[in-house]
Amino acid sequence: MTAITKKPENPTAHLTPEDIEQIGVELDAIRQDIIDSRGASDAAYIRRIVRTQRHLELGSRAVLLASLFPPAWVVGTAGLSIAKILENMEIGHNVMHGQWDWMRDPKIHSTTWEWDNASPAEGWKHSHNQIHHTYTNIVGKDNDLGYGIMRVDEGQRWHPLYLLQPMWNFVNACFFEYGIAAYDLELGRNLAVPKDQRPETFKRSARNTLRKIRKQMTKDYVVHPALSGPSFLHTLAANFTANLVRNLWSHSVIMCGHFPEGVETFEKAAIPANETRGEWYLRQMLGSANISGSRAMHLMSGNLSHQIEHHLFPDLPSNRYAEIAPRVRELFEKYDLNYHSAPLPKQVASAWHKVFRLALPNGWLAETTPRNAPKQLAKLYRMTTGGPKVRRALSSAA
Amino acid sequence: MALLDPVRVRNRLAGVAEALTSPLVPADYLDLFAPLRSGTDLRGRIEDVQPETADAATLVIRPGADWAGHVPGQYVRIGIDVDGVREWRAYSLTHGPRADGRISITVKAVPDGKVSTHLVRRARPGTLVHLEQAAGEFVLPPAGGKFLFVTAGSGITPVIGMLRNLFPATDGGVLRPPRSARHDIVVVHVAPSRPDSIFSRDLEALHAAGAIRLVARYDDVHGLLDVDDLATLVPDLTERPTFACGPAGLLDALERHHADAGLELFTEQFRVALVEAGEGGTVHFTQGGAVVEADGATPILVAAEDAGVLMPSGCRMGICYGCVLPMREGTVRDLRTGELTTADPMSSDAGGVPIQTCISAAAGPCHLVH
Ligand SMILES: Cc1cc2nc3c(=O)[nH]c(=O)nc-3n(C[C@H](O)[C@H](O)[C@H](O)COP(=O)(O)OP(=O)(O)OC[C@H]3O[C@@H](n4cnc5c(N)ncnc54)[C@H](O)[C@@H]3O)c2cc1C
Ligand code: FES
Repeated sequence: MTAITKKPENPTAHLTPEDIEQIGVELDAIRQDIIDSRGASDAAYIRRIVRTQRHLELGSRAVLLASLFPPAWVVGTAGLSIAKILENMEIGHNVMHGQWDWMRDPKIHSTTWEWDNASPAEGWKHSHNQIHHTYTNIVGKDNDLGYGIMRVDEGQRWHPLYLLQPMWNFVNACFFEYGIAAYDLELGRNLAVPKDQRPETFKRSARNTLRKIRKQMTKDYVVHPALSGPSFLHTLAANFTANLVRNLWSHSVIMCGHFPEGVETFEKAAIPANETRGEWYLRQMLGSANISGSRAMHLMSGNLSHQIEHHLFPDLPSNRYAEIAPRVRELFEKYDLNYHSAPLPKQVASAWHKVFRLALPNGWLAETTPRNAPKQLAKLYRMTTGGPKVRRALSSAA
Repeated sequence: MALLDPVRVRNRLAGVAEALTSPLVPADYLDLFAPLRSGTDLRGRIEDVQPETADAATLVIRPGADWAGHVPGQYVRIGIDVDGVREWRAYSLTHGPRADGRISITVKAVPDGKVSTHLVRRARPGTLVHLEQAAGEFVLPPAGGKFLFVTAGSGITPVIGMLRNLFPATDGGVLRPPRSARHDIVVVHVAPSRPDSIFSRDLEALHAAGAIRLVARYDDVHGLLDVDDLATLVPDLTERPTFACGPAGLLDALERHHADAGLELFTEQFRVALVEAGEGGTVHFTQGGAVVEADGATPILVAAEDAGVLMPSGCRMGICYGCVLPMREGTVRDLRTGELTTADPMSSDAGGVPIQTCISAAAGPCHLVH
């Protein structure tokens, strides 16, 4: 999709600056209500989730000690997959956002939490909390948009390499935790620099990440299988599967947050240097999409199914997003804005559609019909094999 | 042979457990089942809550296996979740070391007191609390001698700990074991009225058994205590080093009185004098050593950066927590809500209270760990 300011019809054009500031005031009031009522039952909630997750992980790993027996393999793998998803999504992501810092419990705190993921907490908090949440959906500033390896906006010039983007996206989904680690390290950018000129901070983070990955691997692929004795290979496969399931799931949920068709992106140049709180809120409102579904789905998505609420209030406890969602939705309606929400399969399909669409030159997918397909394919072939001049000529002809 | 060396076997097993529980530690799982075991963070379980007066209660706590014991008169810092928020407060231990290994504190609910009200009115047996090892210098010299205790209100708590240790109460009455034979003790206890007075019956029993001499002064009967009357109430005052615990007003008066008279005085204070949150203040950075003047309207982050301090930061608008620093001491104002957050070494987590510097302004002097 095109950055909002380049669209023929800007979906915020009907809002006056006063409207935008009023939106900010109303959202601040919602936020304050939750902060004022945060208390013992919220604390009990997160402790219960942490406790449940730990029991589930211990139990599943114990069952997997006998993973030679197919039922044990199935039960253990399912349990461990769920445990890993809970740990990354509802617990890790949200704790590291500082959602539970108000409890002042050093054991459940953004500054001390380390999660079951290849990327160390430190680097993730920087790239996710500081960059992504501050510069949400600003093309070129928010690397979460395509993780710097994908074409996410019509405004980015098309290149034949982008034809591989769907495959890339799938590989990234399977090994998502390593994708995140690479992206938190800004690996691409840093590897482009000659070895002796890479910044000290990068080298240190890279060492930390490698150490973390080694520990994660040792746990899942050496120690736990070894303790399973004759079930060694089965447990190894179970752990690999659990990591794969977790990766695919979290990748899908996260893609749904900002990538479905209709979610707005923004131009770097169009964001005022002194963006007001209201303007920032508005950008979050338009740049996020929700997933509708059952309570179990919300839990397993770490309440990122309430992506809009999460982006408005990233530091409010996740268990409260469901409660404020109706109020937020009302506000969208009041100001005639599109509250983007759909069931999981629909959002996933929509996000993948966009991946495919942008893998191709602008407009190509929309213009292609069964009748003109041969002609379109020939054009695509010429654009792929020709140089930049050919591409420019053909895309402007479209 | 070397393979079966128990120390090496244990280390090996610990190594395996650590590898298996990474990125957490084995304790994170063991704590699910045995929170009071040795080798983990010190905790305790409230086993009994006994009312003392209308607004005071004694909590009997089973401390974790690593509890190192205490000397009567010392206090313990307790961390408890009130409305989901971990709060730390100090409470004097009100028994000597007990045969059953448990410890006790006696809490008076102060009006609007967050923790004291919670402990007295809502704490239930079974609740886990966090503990630190006992600390404090307010203890009797073991050699014995002649002493005067001056206590007011809940200031009786460290003293009752010492007295119960010296003169244990049993069903058969107050005991006077040989270890307390060399102690000659007078207690001047001040309280608004007798029914309000925690441990008045214990003190009277000790007095009746001849273990101590009690001079009880109830405001409603005797009027407010004037420290100049001490010499009359305790004729051999000059022979008795004084141990005093009570409100700041009484302790200040005693301080002046004893300094003038050249008498020895040891005090225990329950309240740290807090600065009234004012307009801005001086920010001290404990590690870098920087000192920054910040006004009450500027985020500490900005004031510090303007002064050249390298600060962690992120969104600079209060959402990412990239700027959080622990505050050891002081008060800051949340620029968004006006809410005040205070840290003092006595009642905050030992690591300090984390604050977001990008939305916090100094409200008086504060000390940040950075
Ligand atoms: C070494 C030490 C030993 C202590 N031992 C005991 C003890 O044995 N028993 C005991 O009950 N307390 C004891 N205290 C006091 C205790 O730590 C708390 O300060 C007290 O319980 C009040 O905490 P709160 O959270 O209820 O009040 P807060 O919510 O912190 O304060 C609420 C209001 O009460 C005022 N206030 C705070 N403390 C007191 C106080 N002590 N008296 C009257 N008003 C107060 C505050 O200024 C404020 O206005 C001890 C303190 C220290 C430093
Ligand atoms: S810099 Fe982000 S919360 Fe302060």
